Amino acid sequence: MAAVSMRNITKIFGTIVANDDVSLDIHKGEILSLLGENGSGKTTLMNMLSGIYFPDAGQIYIDGKPVTIASPREAYEYGIGMIHQHFKLVDVFTAAENIVLGLEEEGRLDLTRAGERIRKICDTYGFDVDPKQKIYNMSVSQKQTVEIVKVLYRGADILILDEPTAVLTPQETEKLFAVLRNMKKDGKTVVIITHKLHEVEEISDRVAVLRKGRYIGEMKTSETNAQEMTNMMVGREVALNIERPDPVDPKPRIIVDNLTVRSSDNVLKLDEVSFTANAGEILGIAGISGCGQKELLEAIAGLQSVENGSIRYVHDNGEEEELLGRDPLQIAGLGVSLSFVPEDRLGMGLVGSMDLTDNMMLRSFRRGKSVFTDRKTPRKLAEKVVDELEVNTPGVSTPVRRLSGGNVQKVLVGREIASSPTVLLSAYAVRGLDINSSYTIYDLLNQQKKNRVAVVYVGEDLDVLLELCDRILVLCGGRVSGIVEGKKADKNKVGMMMTRLGGGDDDE
Amino acid sequence: MSKASKSSKEPLIHITKRKTMAWQKAWLIRIASIVAALIVCAIVTTSATGLDPFSVFSKILEGAFGSERKIWILGKETAVLLCISVAMAPAFRMKFWNLGGEGQVLIGAWMTAACMIYLGDKVPTPILILISLIGATAIGAVWAGIPAFFKARWNTNETLFTLMMNYVAIQLVAYYIIIWESPKGSGKVGIINQATNAGWLPSIGSYQYLLNILVVAAVTVLMYIYLQYSKHGYEIAVVGESQSTARYVGIKVDRVIIRTLLLSGGICGLCGFLMVAGTDHTITTTLAGGRGFLGVLVAWLAQFNPLAMVLVSLLLCVLSRGAGEISTAFGLNQSFGDILTGIILFFIIGSEFFINYRINFRGSTKAVKDAKNAGKEGGLH
Repeated sequence: MAAVSMRNITKIFGTIVANDDVSLDIHKGEILSLLGENGSGKTTLMNMLSGIYFPDAGQIYIDGKPVTIASPREAYEYGIGMIHQHFKLVDVFTAAENIVLGLEEEGRLDLTRAGERIRKICDTYGFDVDPKQKIYNMSVSQKQTVEIVKVLYRGADILILDEPTAVLTPQETEKLFAVLRNMKKDGKTVVIITHKLHEVEEISDRVAVLRKGRYIGEMKTSETNAQEMTNMMVGREVALNIERPDPVDPKPRIIVDNLTVRSSDNVLKLDEVSFTANAGEILGIAGISGCGQKELLEAIAGLQSVENGSIRYVHDNGEEEELLGRDPLQIAGLGVSLSFVPEDRLGMGLVGSMDLTDNMMLRSFRRGKSVFTDRKTPRKLAEKVVDELEVNTPGVSTPVRRLSGGNVQKVLVGREIASSPTVLLSAYAVRGLDINSSYTIYDLLNQQKKNRVAVVYVGEDLDVLLELCDRILVLCGGRVSGIVEGKKADKNKVGMMMTRLGGGDDDE
Repeated sequence: MSKASKSSKEPLIHITKRKTMAWQKAWLIRIASIVAALIVCAIVTTSATGLDPFSVFSKILEGAFGSERKIWILGKETAVLLCISVAMAPAFRMKFWNLGGEGQVLIGAWMTAACMIYLGDKVPTPILILISLIGATAIGAVWAGIPAFFKARWNTNETLFTLMMNYVAIQLVAYYIIIWESPKGSGKVGIINQATNAGWLPSIGSYQYLLNILVVAAVTVLMYIYLQYSKHGYEIAVVGESQSTARYVGIKVDRVIIRTLLLSGGICGLCGFLMVAGTDHTITTTLAGGRGFLGVLVAWLAQFNPLAMVLVSLLLCVLSRGAGEISTAFGLNQSFGDILTGIILFFIIGSEFFINYRINFRGSTKAVKDAKNAGKEGGLH
């Protein structure tokens, strides 16, 4: 009998059907991958199991008995715990304090005893947690471990992990997978939500696929392959390799020299970073999140105050122009056409409550002497972007906030390349995007490369970086760990370089 | 789904956010909420006072529209409230919470009174009016500009700062009222230039309040156009939504904040000018009378749309005029009118909840069907 059976589950938000008549079984002691594109309803489905949402229709059975799970606390009573994509930890508390937080145990709060229990859990599964360490001193991977221990401490037998590897380096992912295997050995049931196929293949026993809120099918991982899973996920045949055309006449376009940046609270974010981005090639930037990628791009775009160094732009005729100390308007005034697709699309690149037309004119609204805005030209541009990039929207008067992640990104990238840039900076351009949209974005970047644009691509998925980029700059703690050729790079080596300057010696 | 499989623990209601609603349906909800408010008002009236609610309601309308004079007064009051609300619009669109309307109006009024008193016998009235107008607008702008400068420069809290500026203005006016007091010892300024009418705004024909109403109407329409169609209005919207987006496209956020607050405070100053030179011809510390804050409420209820503010400020003035009427007609005190106003506002604000959220009751599958149908008709996904 299945440990958990979900039957005919339907969940609706407004007019969006997030889950439509989904039935899913989770067997005891297995690792199940829940696979699907973004917006396919994976997280929603699991949130109903963990008591965050309540299904609009359908029934959940645990060990064959019908149950209602109205809150996360009730979910724990049934032994179900979920590790969310965004951690829910109190920064100034220690690991142990966070783990016992909200538990109503008999007697007074005894952190020493809790610490012992936490150590025992860690020893059983191979975690590495210091119960007395404060959360703000922890790396992302350590925080995730605390979240997992928190769930186990509450006696969960069924663990749900929502895209746990999105924030981890390849090495950290390996460690996590080892822990998950230990849990399985101990009889725990694990559900892992993901859209990365190689992870499904590596870790899970069984895979269930959702598409557009509907249940598509399930199979044993050993009996399927990446191509079949993709086709089920997307609903049609998709080619899985990323194109990498040869660089077009690469010449230096942006020369960064000894760039040093401190954040407003005086933390060193970039430490003497030097590199050159060439026209006609894609320069990848790899690194664990928060290693200075954001500051680097914002410094080039004129949005970051810089302590030291220089950023020079090389015109086609060889003349050089210093960009540092200039704001975005002044940079544009130099005749430098610089486009920037920032990480925070709705917080920085676009205005969520405004419609497509108004977002198109963000860059261009100043044009002309009139005190009034011209909405005709941006409207045409919006229609063109919708048309050419196949943006799925009811119209150009829809607020961009209502669009799905992939479509938001298409609008942003569409606007940025419409100004025919000579430099295109992009940060996590495919984060949160499904396979289809991701490939559209890769294609757009490659087109820009063919147009002799200097493309800088900050990415988190090493597989993609290695396939797409001509050269990869690896950052580690704000310093350049090395620059490698995309064609010759080795994934493990780059992973090592992300955690240790130069990549260390032990694997050479 | 069979009834038997349902456990008793299923929550009775759960609340889900709506995506969008057709505007007709939204207005239907708003109208329904006003009807519901009137019913509750009727019940409260009968149970608390024993009066016939319909006669109370008709007295409210009578108080607002009962005679030609009452209608003009209603127009005058609405113009003042509308003017302050419109002044709030650009600041609030930018998410700058200007709570200093009270002080900005008062300081504009103070400047106007000062010009009328000191220059009344020195310059001809048209020039005096021009000087007062410019002076009042400028000082209102400065009164809002100071907190804006500090906000832009050091990110101080504008809510507290603008609020404090109110007290400075009130104390300043209180001080000058003693200096300007007439007759001596009365503690009041009295009608300024009553004999010469120097610095008084002319009346259009015999309609004393018409000029004020027309000026405010023009300001309202201009503000609507400014916010909706000008480049400045666009910048204000971008800054309000996300300062990092604004910086990203090279909008100078500091400059926009200061510029917008100069405008907001300037219109408040203008309002003070209109009140002193146009209608009251005197000044007291309670000239704004809380309308600097009421304007905040109007701006929110109208969702920062200047044209919608016309309706909202009219409604509030009708209620307040009516409240005064029923207090005298039925021997109730003024507070009873406030209770009724409170009930009506509660329902109007509450209706926005029902426009934004849907409440699902246990066992109801209507929501499910609705959404599925809507999805099939071509939703976003």
